[in-house]
Amino acid sequence: MTAPGPVVTQDYAASELEAQPRPQGVAQGNAFTRFIGRTPVHIAIIALCLIWLIPTVALLVSSFRESQAVAGSGWWTALTPPFEFTLSNYDRVLDTNNLGQSFVNSLFVSIPATIIPILVAAFAAYAFAWMEFPGRGLLFMLIVGLLVIPLQSALIPVLQLFVSVRIGDQTLNGTFLAIWLAHTGFGLPFAIYLLRNFFGALPREMFESAYIDGASPVTAFFRLALPTSVPALAALAIFQFMWVWNDLLIALVYLGGQQSIAPLTVTIANLVGSLGQNQQLLTAAAFISMALPLIVFFTLQRYFVRGILGGSVKG
Amino acid sequence: MATVTFDHVYKRYSADVVAVNDLNLEIADGEFLVLVGPSGCGKTTALRCVAGLETISDGKLYIGDRVVNDVAPKDRDIAMVFQSYALYPHMSVYDNLAFGLKLRKTPKADIERRVKEAAGILGLERFLDRKPKALSGGQRQRVALGRAIVREPSVFLMDEPLSNLDAKLRVQTRAEIARLHQRLGTTTVYVTHDQVEAMTMGDRIAVMKDGLLHQVGTPQELYDHPTNVFVAGFIGSPAMNFATVKATEGEDLMLGSAKLNLSGAAAKAAADRPKGADLLIGFRPEHLDIADGQADTVSIPARVDVVEYLGNEELIHAQAEGTEIVALIPSDRRVKPGDQVNLGVPLEKLHMFDPESEQSLVA
Repeated sequence: MTAPGPVVTQDYAASELEAQPRPQGVAQGNAFTRFIGRTPVHIAIIALCLIWLIPTVALLVSSFRESQAVAGSGWWTALTPPFEFTLSNYDRVLDTNNLGQSFVNSLFVSIPATIIPILVAAFAAYAFAWMEFPGRGLLFMLIVGLLVIPLQSALIPVLQLFVSVRIGDQTLNGTFLAIWLAHTGFGLPFAIYLLRNFFGALPREMFESAYIDGASPVTAFFRLALPTSVPALAALAIFQFMWVWNDLLIALVYLGGQQSIAPLTVTIANLVGSLGQNQQLLTAAAFISMALPLIVFFTLQRYFVRGILGGSVKG
Repeated sequence: MATVTFDHVYKRYSADVVAVNDLNLEIADGEFLVLVGPSGCGKTTALRCVAGLETISDGKLYIGDRVVNDVAPKDRDIAMVFQSYALYPHMSVYDNLAFGLKLRKTPKADIERRVKEAAGILGLERFLDRKPKALSGGQRQRVALGRAIVREPSVFLMDEPLSNLDAKLRVQTRAEIARLHQRLGTTTVYVTHDQVEAMTMGDRIAVMKDGLLHQVGTPQELYDHPTNVFVAGFIGSPAMNFATVKATEGEDLMLGSAKLNLSGAAAKAAADRPKGADLLIGFRPEHLDIADGQADTVSIPARVDVVEYLGNEELIHAQAEGTEIVALIPSDRRVKPGDQVNLGVPLEKLHMFDPESEQSLVA
């Protein structure tokens, strides 16, 4: 409709809208009543946040208290004078229990176990989203179906597999490679699912335009799909990193309890004696292990929020 | 520079879904051809076949002398402008323009020269460092055009490039594309559903419907001599009036109880019909006027329902023996609702169609 008629009507409508005086008082009143109206919501949100934070705060407070005090009274009593805080728990954890080595081990487990599955998933997701091949829908459904398989049911079969594979004079089990592979396998279905949806929401014309411009599918993947999916990749990286960093089960099963290769979670779990002695050390150790995920989360959190929206709702 | 030739091209999605049905069309070197038709008529599919984004089911497609049925999009020496711009959102305008050249390993100095040149033509120099999201719709569309220009392809393909722009910008960009074509002289295939765009831009227009090519010709040919009812109704705004009339023994026609006196070619066509047979006549609103007994004019008695005042002209909605007629007449005729008028159409402007085949009897 490029006839001059509609243009005139549109301009007319626009100028009419602008001509209407803005009733200032009403606008302010609306803002005020809106603020009042939202107050219950704000109160509810703040209350929920506080309730959510209580266990963490309790843990934090307890980590600075003597073990007798923790055993004898509630954590909130420490918030009233006399303030009797101590760093002894942190001292003991950092000094005596091989924590530094475990921290490095944890990084050595987590970083490859984050990068490998995301890389593999990105290739797979791109193929599922943009490349035609027979059985594409069925294969993708199979992978989404894997999401519902509980990790625990796969532990023993995979362990048997790892034990049967030999590298030199050692079985695969108990090596870092084993745990990377395990985390990759367990992480892939979700990663592929999330990335496929994100890639699928990218505009088709962008890729077609690139093909006409001379791009191959590989070029389109590295030059278009990856750079435009940074939010989704970052969100996925956070998910996977947190999951691997906090994991105890897979580490215990495939890496074992050997001190030299034990990650943080295994070392911390070993702090507590079989009869529950040294329980107070757990609080300090927990905070040390939380430090890195917190840093990762806060530096990447804007991608985290965007990525969740981006993957599921809209590109 | 190259010609584009469709030689019995079919595009079937399944046995009964045929998007392009036996398309035969030759697009000359340097020509600006507009593919126009209602949505779902196959015009975009036809364009995508030229681009290589769709494979054709049957027939041969030539670009220049080369059959390109199985040639990859990047090797067809074409550039395409998409309705949705399809810019690369994470790259600056410069990189958007340079992307295709970089992939083809063009020397860096050459890339810079061509990008600067295209940016100059399109007035984009100031925006070369910006990301697409910091541009307005019109600027984005210019970047999309620029991306096509820098490649210096032998054929431009444009898929409704203006339909995401507002009305004013659309008129501007329309002129810009026309200027660009005059300047570069590159063969262009342009798809639109808007007949005004088609009429104003095309050297020739190809009208499609339901996968079939209905008529190809210059805008004037299509306007003056539509070969069937669909083309007649689709080209021209406001649309052509149609009325079913009955043939008489002589050269006259009966519209209800009103007698229309004919002469010339129209009369001959009418006389060929047996008495009482139906005929479809068509006449454009802008060819109607209040009749006062001029020669070579068919006079149609009608009662005025609504008068829309447009300034210089008035749009009259009238009833003639149960048929709705729209007429565009000078405002100084002072017609009022309820008036009984005789609307006259010059005989050479009268179209006649067979009601069965819908083919023109006078074209």
